[in-house]
Amino acid sequence: MNSIRARLIAVLIGSTGLVWLLAVGWIYLSTQAEVERVLDARLMEAARMVNSLLSDHRIEAGLDNAAARQALGAFEVDHSSYERQLSCQIWSLEGTLVGRSQNAPDTRLAGASVGFSDAEVGGEQWRVFTVENQALGVRVMVGDNLQIRDRLVGDVIKGLVVPALLILPFLAGVILISVRRGLSPLSDMAQTLSARPANDLRPLASVDLPSEIAPAIGALNGLFRRVQEARERERSFTAFAAHELKTPLAGVKTQAQIALASDDPAVHANALRQITLGVDRTARLVKQLLDLAALEANDAEPAPVEARAADLLEGAVAELSLPADGGRVVVDADAGAERTVRVEPQFLALALRNLIENALNHAPADTPVTCRIEAGGDRAVRFVVEDEGPGIPEAEMALVVQKFVRGRTRSATGSGLGLAIAQAAMARIGGRLTLENRDEGGLRASLSVPGVEAP
Amino acid sequence: MRILVVEDDPLLLDGLTVGLGLAGFTVDAVGTREDACAAVRTQCYDCVVLDLMLPDGSGLDVLADLRRRDDATPVVLLTARDQVADRIAGLDAGADDYVGKPFDLDELAARVRAAVRRGKGRPSPTLNWCGVVLDPASRTAHRDGAPVSLTRREFAVLEALMQRPESILSKSALEETIYGWQEELESNAVEVHVHKLRAKLGADFIKTVRGVGYRLTERAA
Repeated sequence: MNSIRARLIAVLIGSTGLVWLLAVGWIYLSTQAEVERVLDARLMEAARMVNSLLSDHRIEAGLDNAAARQALGAFEVDHSSYERQLSCQIWSLEGTLVGRSQNAPDTRLAGASVGFSDAEVGGEQWRVFTVENQALGVRVMVGDNLQIRDRLVGDVIKGLVVPALLILPFLAGVILISVRRGLSPLSDMAQTLSARPANDLRPLASVDLPSEIAPAIGALNGLFRRVQEARERERSFTAFAAHELKTPLAGVKTQAQIALASDDPAVHANALRQITLGVDRTARLVKQLLDLAALEANDAEPAPVEARAADLLEGAVAELSLPADGGRVVVDADAGAERTVRVEPQFLALALRNLIENALNHAPADTPVTCRIEAGGDRAVRFVVEDEGPGIPEAEMALVVQKFVRGRTRSATGSGLGLAIAQAAMARIGGRLTLENRDEGGLRASLSVPGVEAP
Repeated sequence: MRILVVEDDPLLLDGLTVGLGLAGFTVDAVGTREDACAAVRTQCYDCVVLDLMLPDGSGLDVLADLRRRDDATPVVLLTARDQVADRIAGLDAGADDYVGKPFDLDELAARVRAAVRRGKGRPSPTLNWCGVVLDPASRTAHRDGAPVSLTRREFAVLEALMQRPESILSKSALEETIYGWQEELESNAVEVHVHKLRAKLGADFIKTVRGVGYRLTERAA
């Protein structure tokens, strides 16, 4: 059952019913015991009374006379439903019926025992009390029809159950209404939410909330906020991406128009060179945008593998389109090269590639970019990329890892995405990007990634 | 006409410098907000072409700085953020025009010319003075209906004089008009250009005011 309302109603009605049933059962049992006790006492009293009447010779046993009949007739209770409840028999000790009350059965009610006994006579259950009168040589038996006793108890229970049955539907109605009332904040919330358009991410009102729903509303508002933030991020990403693409496109178009307009071969050649540069940069920007979008969209479970650090660095360098001899990129084999790291290799390669490209773009064209692997503390392995470029002003250090933020000293090919990609990739594989200006000039970018204990 | 181009993208900045240069402007190019602020404070430009997103701040700061100092230099905003709201914000901040990227170079040049024209309070797209007609858009000159062939620099000198036909321009003011920062200044360039202009337009058209500078001939009464 998935409805809280149905569950509540079922539980409430069930438990109320159960309490009623238990109460009825308890009352039944206690009434029965009490009725039995009272009626037994009356039975005993009646038998003794008859016995004492016999002893005083107020009635004559032995003859079916009127006095005796009258005396025994006193047992007939004058009550329509409970009449003939008591029956009396007087038996001689030899076993002949001396006398009996009007409605008493002919058959002997009890055996030779004295006191209470149960018997079945004429298909009916009897409760009998027997008194023996040795002096007169008779036994007085007073019996109670158990059916009548049961009816008494039954009537008491009926008096209890019938109003209860009449009340139950009313009670069920009350429960139904109160449950519905009690759950109305939930249905109100559902109604508010379902009436909302998809782009309405305002938080739900959180004043005067029942304490049970407040956490749910709080969590929902938190979710709204996160979705809103994600949408803002996406929107600004799209806007920035559009801006970043428009600018190189404007550059390419302008250069193309210059090439068309000018007759000067030098201007011509320069414009065409600039167009090539612009197209390269736009292509790289598109690739980086896709990389970044993939990084941000990737929410699959991380699946790190163990790999030799040196292999990963070589792989990343090989993916760059560099001259056969490596050009300006120098891979410096170091003590840490034999270390093993535990990462998702594609993300580490992505970060490394962007750092190296960044260094190549920002440092002067004739300076080397050095890549090396160092052993970091706590089993970490550091991939370091050093250039001899202008570095980053300390004030801009924190900004440059943000998307589309370019340093003041910008290059023609920089997209402002490289460091942001490296940062996002590190966040993805549990590594850390550190940027620092080298004392000897240039930037030192290091990726600290989780390693495996050296064998 | 000397203009300042503020754009942080080196590729586009190069394109604007060369392209607007081809269109007859003398172009100074800077890439940051700081440099732009410094440039507009030290040099008087006919127009500023201003990118909004600069690495060290917004182009709107440069614009605000200009307008705060009551500098009426026309400003054409150049940006990829060309939503209507952005355009409105830019124009209301004191810009004279707004061009979205990517743009057409010829259109940008025309918009700059129009902004300059409006800034000078001159309704006609051509400059007219004593029978000489100068068309900055087509970069042509006519004297009494006959075309006159002018080099780029000659045109720039004449344009500067004809924009303020009744005032005297010093030699250094003319030099600033025809040479950007990047260009090597030739020592007697202005004299040479004025000499050639006199040869083409008549000896009396440009007069030398000794010790002060140059001015155009007085309009015939």
